[in-house]
Amino acid sequence: MHIIENGNVAAALGVKLCHANVIAAYPITPQTPLTEKLSEYVEAGEMKAEYIPVESEHSALAVCIAASSAGARSFTATSANGLLYMHEQVQWAAGARLPLVMCVVNRAVGAPWNVWNDQQDSISQRDTGWIQMYCSDHQQIIDSVIKAYWLAEKVSIPIMVCYDGYILSHTYMPFDVPDQEKVDKFLPPFRPDYALNPETPANLNTVTLPDVRMDVKGELAHGYMEIRYLLHEEMRTSLAVAAEGEKRFADIFGRGGDPYLEPYLCDDAQYVAVGLGSMTYQLRVAVDTLRKEGIKVGVMGVRFYRPFPDEAIAKALKGKKGVIVYEKALSYGYEGALVSDLKSALYEYLAGTGKLPVVQNFIAGIGGRDIKTDDLIQTLRAATQGRVSIQPVWIGLKL
Amino acid sequence: MQAKTTILSLPTEEFVHPGTRACTGCGLAIAYRVGLKALGKDTILVVPPSCLTVLQGLFPIASTKLPCLNVTFASTAAAASGILATLKVQGKDNIQVAAWAGDGGTSDIGLQALSGAAERGENFIYFCYDNEGYMNTGVQRSGTTPIGAVTANTPFKGKLQQKKDVPAIMAAHNLSYVAACSAAYPLDLFDKIKKCMDMPGTKYFHIHIPCPPGWGYDARYGIKVGRLAVETGYYDLYEIVNGEFKLTAASEKLVEKRKLVPVREYFRSQSRFKILTDEQIAATQSQIDAKWAKYYKKDE
Repeated sequence: MHIIENGNVAAALGVKLCHANVIAAYPITPQTPLTEKLSEYVEAGEMKAEYIPVESEHSALAVCIAASSAGARSFTATSANGLLYMHEQVQWAAGARLPLVMCVVNRAVGAPWNVWNDQQDSISQRDTGWIQMYCSDHQQIIDSVIKAYWLAEKVSIPIMVCYDGYILSHTYMPFDVPDQEKVDKFLPPFRPDYALNPETPANLNTVTLPDVRMDVKGELAHGYMEIRYLLHEEMRTSLAVAAEGEKRFADIFGRGGDPYLEPYLCDDAQYVAVGLGSMTYQLRVAVDTLRKEGIKVGVMGVRFYRPFPDEAIAKALKGKKGVIVYEKALSYGYEGALVSDLKSALYEYLAGTGKLPVVQNFIAGIGGRDIKTDDLIQTLRAATQGRVSIQPVWIGLKL
Repeated sequence: MQAKTTILSLPTEEFVHPGTRACTGCGLAIAYRVGLKALGKDTILVVPPSCLTVLQGLFPIASTKLPCLNVTFASTAAAASGILATLKVQGKDNIQVAAWAGDGGTSDIGLQALSGAAERGENFIYFCYDNEGYMNTGVQRSGTTPIGAVTANTPFKGKLQQKKDVPAIMAAHNLSYVAACSAAYPLDLFDKIKKCMDMPGTKYFHIHIPCPPGWGYDARYGIKVGRLAVETGYYDLYEIVNGEFKLTAASEKLVEKRKLVPVREYFRSQSRFKILTDEQIAATQSQIDAKWAKYYKKDE
C-alpha cells in the first residue's frame, strides 16, 4: 500500500512489520517521532511487544542486548550524542554477536550543541563490528529495516540502518508499505542458536583469555582473538549473504537491485560522484545539469558502508577519470572516512592497471549547513576540470 | 510469618560449583552460594564486571549452574529489564531475574540504570554485594567505602567522606522490599530472599561482604569481622517492607539486649582502619549511639 509519510514513520512501520518484540529507547532529536510512533503501536495493541522507556541510551542498548540474548527480536533507535553515549554497548552487542537492528537518524555531534544533520555520529561508530546501511529515501528506510533483520539474524551481527535527520526523518514522501504476509514470508521468526533459559544454563560473555582454553570435556574453546577474528571474517562474508537477501527481497517484493551500491548514470560516466545517504539524490540533480553541458558524470550511492564493498566499488569505478567523494563527516586530522576507504579499495584492486581514477574529496553539510545544489554543480564541474586540492575541500565555508 | 531457616533446613542443592576463583575467605562466596539456593533453579542472573565475574570463572568454564548474562559495568539493571521484557513476551512467568553487582557497580557507575529500573517497577531482585571498595581492581575507594578506610587511592589519609546510604536511596523509590544483609548472617539473607520473591516491582538487597585482602584481616576471620560490624551497631540488618522499616535477625536482638560492642573492636579488627585516631573512633561511636537511641526509643 502506498502512503505519504515521513522517514521516521517509514522506519517505525518497518519495525512493526518485522514483529520486533522488545523495543527500548531514550528520546533524542531527530529520532523521537520514530520511537514515539512505536510506543503508540504498542500501547494501541497493534504490536505485540514490550516498550521500555529507559533512562539513557546506554540502557536502551543494554535492554536490547539482554533481550536479544534471551531470544527476543529487539530494536532501538538514536541520534548523535545518544549514539556516542551508547558506544560501549555498541561494541558489546557486536562482540556478543547479537542480531539487533538500530536506526541511526543522523545528526551532528557536540560540542558545540547542534541538532541538525550530518553523519559524524554513525561514521564515528565505523569500527565497532556493526553492519552499516545508509538510506537515500523513505522506501529505502522501510525496506532496509526489513532486510536488516533478515541479514542480522542470518549472520548474527547487529545492523545500523542510518538515514539523514530532518532531510529524511521529518520530510514526507510517498512510499510503499509492504504487505504483512510478504514480510512474514521474507523474514522467518527469530530462532537464535542459544537463548538464556534455566533448562540449558550458560554463562555468556565471561572473561575470555588471550589464548584458547580447554572446556571440561577437554575440547578447545576459542580464545578472545578467535572470537574477534570470526566477527571480522563473518562480517566480510555477510556481503555475499546481503546479496542473497537482496535477491530474495526482489523476488518477493518486486523491487531492489544492487545490494551495495546505487549507481545513477555511471555506465558511460568519466567522472563519478560518490556519497552516503540523501545527498546522493541531490547529486543526481547536479549530474543531470552537468550532463546537459556535455560532461559525462554519474553518481553512486554507497548503501553498505560496513562491511565495505571494496571489490564492487573498485569494479564500478575502474577506468573512470575521476571519483569525487562528498561526505557529511570526516576523520579529523585527515579526510573523509569514506574517501579513505574508497581510495584504499581502488589501490588494492586497480594499482598498476592504469585504470586508477583520480580521487577528490568534498566535505559538505556539516552541522546541517545547507547544501545548495548549485554548490554541488560547481564543485563537481570543477573536479572534472582538474584536481581542486590534495586536501578535502569544505563546501560553503565562510572564513 | 514463615519459619526461620536453619543450617539443617537449608536446601542441599548447590548452584555454585566448588572451587571458584574467589579469594580465600571471600564473603561473597558465602552470600552468593546461599543466595542462589534461595533463588532456586528457575533463575536468570545478570552480572556486571566485579569480583563475581572472577568468582564465576574463565571461558569456557563457569562455576555457576544458572544461566547468566555478563553485561557492561553501568548497565546491570537495564539488562535485567531486557530479560524481563523478553520473558514477558515469551509468556514465561515462572522465571526469577536476579542481578548481582558490587558496590562500585551499584552505588557509583550503575546507580542511574538501577534507579531507572526501580522507577519503572521492573520485577526483579537486585543484589548489591558491598565489600566497600573496588576490590577487583585492587582496592580503590567507592561510594560505599566507609569514612576512615585506607584504600589504594586514599593511601595515607583514608577516605574522607561518609559511606553512601544506597538502601535509603532505593527505599526512596517506594520499593516493595529493601533489605540490608550480611555475608556473616547467610540464613537471614536466605529468608529475606524467600520472603520477597513474590512481591511486585524491584526488590533491593544490600549485602555487607567482608573482604580479606581489601579490609586487611586474616582470611579465617571473615565471619567474625562481619558479625562485629553488626554487633557494634555499625552495620544494621533490616528490611523495609512497603515502607515499613524493621531490624531483623541479630540487629533485632541487639535492641532487646540494649548493649552494643564498642565500635573500636570492629575498627581494630582490620588494617584498613589503622590510621583512625581515638577521636575519630569516638565520633563514630557517638553516631552509632545516636542511631541506636532512636531504635531503642521506637522499641519502647
